[in-house]
Amino acid sequence: MSQFLIRSRNSGDLDILEIDGELDAHTATQLEDAFKALIGRNRTRIVVNCAELQYISSAGLGVFMAYIEDVRGTGGDIKLSNLSPKVYNVFDLLGFPALYDILDDETEAVAKFSS
Amino acid sequence: MSKPKTHTLRVHATTANIAAVRDFVASHAEAHGFNTEDIDRIRLAVDEAYTNVIKHAYDFDESQWVSIEVKTDPRTIHVVISDSGRSFNPDGYQEPNIEERIKMRKRGGVGVFLIHKLMDEVEYRKQGSLNEIVLTKHL
Repeated sequence: MSQFLIRSRNSGDLDILEIDGELDAHTATQLEDAFKALIGRNRTRIVVNCAELQYISSAGLGVFMAYIEDVRGTGGDIKLSNLSPKVYNVFDLLGFPALYDILDDETEAVAKFSS
Repeated sequence: MSKPKTHTLRVHATTANIAAVRDFVASHAEAHGFNTEDIDRIRLAVDEAYTNVIKHAYDFDESQWVSIEVKTDPRTIHVVISDSGRSFNPDGYQEPNIEERIKMRKRGGVGVFLIHKLMDEVEYRKQGSLNEIVLTKHL
């Protein structure tokens, strides 16, 4: 069965989600619930650190598609960092790099919020 | 010349089986000599096709069955995914505008687009009451 977990932490007014494992139609609701919980608390400055993300399918990409407008509408954003080349390729196939901030590492993603 | 080989997996239509389905196909692609990049492409295309069956052919009815057949000949792998649910009409399919879908807060709708990008050939067939999608990749 697909293995996936999320570790979350704060960095000032930012929330960092470290996602680990396989993000597919079986596990996507976990990320969706995490985004919903943050948005519900008006925490919309979010960095998703994908260093331990081994795999993503369109069900996983769909979670990023579904919430980015809500988050940006409140002045926040979802920025992604630390994607492996394999995971980046899937984002790239759908043209995500033109629509989302995708940074090499978490520090850059955090800094981008203040630039 | 080696004979074509066939391996079959039959599973219930549930997202709990997605990892097993894609790993089953990936292991045969690896054994057949595909490189890592192509194995990743095949794995994702199979995931998308199987997920579409769960969602669109069977409306998440986990009592239904899906058959995954891997056929290899010397230069090619064919993955045939069969269901007995609602048929997909490829003629009615349009390439998604991702930016537009994001603005409308819509998720999904991109699986078929990915399958076509990832595989060399994609064929939809009807065999009696069965719907089949055939995903083909050449070595």
